[in-house]
Order: sequence, then C-alpha cells, then structure tokens
Amino acid sequence: MAEPRPRRLSAPYEGVRAYCLVVGMWVRSTMAYRTSFVMMALGNFVVTALDFAAILIMFSHIDTLGGFTLAEVAFLYGTTSTSFGLADLVLGNMDRLGRRVRDGTLDTLLVRPAPVLAQVAADRFALRRLGRISQGALLLVWSLVRLDIAWTPVKVLLVPVMLVSGALIFGAVFVAGAAFQFRANDASEVQNAFTYGGTTMLQYPPTVFATDLVRGVTFVIPLAFVNWLPALRILGRENPLGLPGWVDFASPAVALACCALAGLAWRSGLRGYRSTGS
Amino acid sequence: MDDFIELDGVEKVFEVRRRTGFLRRTRTEVRAVDGISFRVARGEMVGYIGPNGAGKSTTIKMLTGILVPSGGRLRVAGIDPSRERTRLARRIGVVFGQRTTLWWDLPLRDSYGLVRRMYRIPDARYRANLDRCVELLDLGALLDVPVRQLSLGQRMRGDIAAALLHDPEVLYLDEPTIGLDVVSKAKVREFLRDVNAERGTTVLLTTHDLTDIEQLCKRVMVIDHGRLVHDGALDGLHAIGESERMLVVDLERELPPIDGILGARTVKVEGPRQWLAFAATRSAAPVVAAVAERYPLVDLSVREPDIEEVIARMYAGRASL
Repeated sequence: MAEPRPRRLSAPYEGVRAYCLVVGMWVRSTMAYRTSFVMMALGNFVVTALDFAAILIMFSHIDTLGGFTLAEVAFLYGTTSTSFGLADLVLGNMDRLGRRVRDGTLDTLLVRPAPVLAQVAADRFALRRLGRISQGALLLVWSLVRLDIAWTPVKVLLVPVMLVSGALIFGAVFVAGAAFQFRANDASEVQNAFTYGGTTMLQYPPTVFATDLVRGVTFVIPLAFVNWLPALRILGRENPLGLPGWVDFASPAVALACCALAGLAWRSGLRGYRSTGS
Repeated sequence: MDDFIELDGVEKVFEVRRRTGFLRRTRTEVRAVDGISFRVARGEMVGYIGPNGAGKSTTIKMLTGILVPSGGRLRVAGIDPSRERTRLARRIGVVFGQRTTLWWDLPLRDSYGLVRRMYRIPDARYRANLDRCVELLDLGALLDVPVRQLSLGQRMRGDIAAALLHDPEVLYLDEPTIGLDVVSKAKVREFLRDVNAERGTTVLLTTHDLTDIEQLCKRVMVIDHGRLVHDGALDGLHAIGESERMLVVDLERELPPIDGILGARTVKVEGPRQWLAFAATRSAAPVVAAVAERYPLVDLSVREPDIEEVIARMYAGRASL
C-alpha cells in the first residue's frame, strides 16, 4: 500500500468536522452578498414576529386562549420557536436533497471522504435563520419574566432540557424527511407539514386543539414532547390527555429514540439510492 | 499486484417501475452494466467510450463506490469501493464533466482550501501540488476570481486541479472536455498526459471526443448495451469498425467528382467542395498529396469519425458475420 492507513477517527467527529467545514464555506458565500444577507435576516425576523403579532391581536379581544394567559402562550411560542429555530439552522436545508438527487449533484458529495449526512445537512447553510432563534429566545425571556412560576430546581433544569430535546425531535423530522426524498423526490412539502406546521401548532396551548390531534402528536409523531408536555409541568397545568406525570420528563428519551429512527431511515434511504442511483 | 482496477463479471441491474395505468405499475429490469470484466494496471491511461446510456457512467459510479454492483466482483487498489467508499475516497480523484465541485460565489482558491482540509492534505504537499496545477493549467490569474465568473474551460481546469490536490492514485474523468473550446481542450489533454507520465496516476476517462482518446490513451474500451465490445488499441477499433475519416477539400472551381485516388472515394459534391472518405487506419497525408497533385486545391480539412458512428459500424459488421 502506498501510504499508511489514516488513523481511524470516529464517524461522529468526522461528521461534525465536515459539517463545520462546509458551513464555513456557505457562510463565506453568503458574505459575498452582504446586503442581501442583512435584508434576509431582517425579513426572517419580521416574518416570525408577525406570527406573534397575530397572537397579540387575538389577545386584544380575549383574555385567555384555551385557558392560557398571554405570557403562558408566549412561553409555548418561545420554546417551540427556539427549538425549531435551532433545528432549522442546523438542518433546515436538508429538503434540498431531492433536488440534488434529481440533478445528480449528490454524487459529487458521495466521492468525498466525509459522511454524506453531514455534507447534506450543511448544504446551503443559512445564517439568516438566526433571525428565528433570536426572536424565539427573546420571547421566551420575556415570558419567563412575566410568568409567575414557583421555580424549583427541577423546573429550572427542565427548560434547557426541553429546548434541546425539542431541537433534536425537529432535527429527526428533518433527517427522516430528507431520507424519504431518496425515494420520493419531491416529498419536501410533506416534511414541511410536520416541521413548519408542527411548530405553528405548538405555539398554541394544547387545550385549543381537538383531543385526537393532541393524541396524534403525542403518540404518532411525538411533537408534543417538544414543548407541550414539559411546558405544562413547568406552568403547573393539567395534562390534557391525563397521562402519568413521568411523561413530562420523557422528552430526552423520546428525542433520542426519534434520532435513532431518523438515522435508520437515513441509512436505508442512502442504501436505496446507492442501489438504484435515482 | 499491478492490477490496480479489477472487474470480474460486474453487473448493475436497475428495476424501473413504470406507471401503466391508474395505480398499476409494471416492473422492467434494465441491465445497465451486464457482466463486464477488465483489468487496469497502475499508471495506465484508458479511454472508456460508448454511446449515451451504454453504461459508462454507471461503471464509473460503481468504481467510485457511489453505486453498489448487483453482481460480480470489483476492486480498486484492493478495496471494495461500495463497502469502503469513504476510505477509498482519499485515494481517488473524480471529475464529473458537467457537475462542478467548485464554490460558485467564492474565489477559486477557497474551493481548494476546503479540499485541503477535508482530505487533510499536509501543508507542504498541498502547496507543491497547487503550485504545479496552477502552473500547468494556467490558473494563476484565476485563483482570486469567484468561480461564477470563470468560463466553462477555466472552470473545468479548476475542477481537474481540485481533483488532484490530494495526490489520488487514480483519476476518473467523466467527459472532461465536453463543451470546451479547442485551446482549453488542448490544455486539459496536455495536463492529463503530464500527470499520468510524471506521477504515474492511473487515468480512466469517458468521452464523446475521439480526439481525446487518440491523443491520450493507448488503450480504449468500448461499452455498448452494458457489455464490453472492444478492449484494445484505438487503431484496432477503427479496423474492426471499418470506420472512415473524411477529407473535405475546397477546389478552385466546380469540377466533376474527384476520381482515381488510391484508397479514397468521393462521397459528396457540393459546388467546389468535395468529400472523400478513406479508412480511418490510414494516414491522411498520401490522400491529400494525391489530390493536391492533380486538382487545384484551395483549402482542406480532415474530419475524424464520430464515436457513435464507429460503434454503429462495429455492430453492423458483427451482425453481418
């Protein structure tokens, strides 16, 4: 052999490294059009702010929404927006995979010595998505100031755990959706229904939705674990499905299970692509 | 040991589902690569040609590990590409003619920086390789230009350099000269010849341009309908295919069809311009000399046989046997 075999590095490390390298390139590409970047970031911020303005308008006519006060709704809104924003920032462009499959440019990623998932995840990384996170985080802070919560160490810890678990759950949906695009080239709309649609739903209290829908997002697509279940515990609210109390702390486990499933889906999708080439 | 690339009865079968009615689908098997075997030694430069859809790209995709073969045995540098794709990636270079790997909005130099870090190329080696590519491919003035401002030929040169910075042992080129002007084509060919000669890089290239093969490859493999129909010298291909080159001459005035030139026959006359066909295995010089001796010649050009035509003739020839 011509050269010694390179030290075998762990796949996650390689993936993160490749991801950061590619992200760096996209950030620099974005900076080639600085004005456009600033406009897009502002636009993103304004659009997400409008979402909340809609809720504000609603509250100018009513005092509570499904029994939740404005500050409580802001808490729900802030948590899901932050979680979703994180996932969207890191993985939001995975729905471009379908296009890469169609025009054959995925092949150029497959011949590089780096995990494909990392390269696809970093594809067209958009810094402007920080707009959504910052807006969500601002709202979260505002709601925490306004809310009158009897804080315990458990509740304090539950907030960051909830945000990270939520981001992982949304991330898993992004990856699973992308994996599906190996087979159905234009499945990105279905995925959007769960990601963008999901976060819009989670901005409102679960009590305004039909019980069947709440059941669906608890047991089928576990979006309820993003913020509803842990947030209800923090707000000291009843669980609308009457589930046992430990469920409120199950978000990290659910998130890990989602990631594992998404990983399997990705592997199977990639294997399918490599045996059919389309 | 010297067989760097080994294929034994490699197959790739796609199952194509076609909608034939509401909810009804029929499945048809497409044998894109249908039992191909060949060996390429380290340092060889081989042309891989065939009509569109013959299985060229599918073969390259299997060699790079993108596609998993449906059957047969395939090894590159002793590695099974589909099983150890990422490990093999460090040792191969790939240029997809129509799909650039360069970063559109960034200066060319930045794309190379990414390659350096992704392949973990040691600094000294990276600088030496880049300097060499810059010099031979004439990239010096382009390094700080955003890729979107490069011409097709410049971009292709940039892509080839990107594929060579990590010192690959084998370079796969899929249509490296497609759409390039004559000058760029010549530059690319010269560079590939240099790389092959000096570094001993094994080169496998697919092309539609027979001139690429003529100028670069001693050996050419022809694939059609997923099968290898020729593996040997280019001359051999012409001999088998009985292909013809075309001498186009402009005479001073309209004359009756040129006659009596040994080994050539006039196939077309259009005013003062006439077309003479002669066997591709022959040199054009005696034909030109013979015409010039007896006819008032103003201008001339020689047209090489088209690859598709050569292969079509090969098939016609085989069928009539």
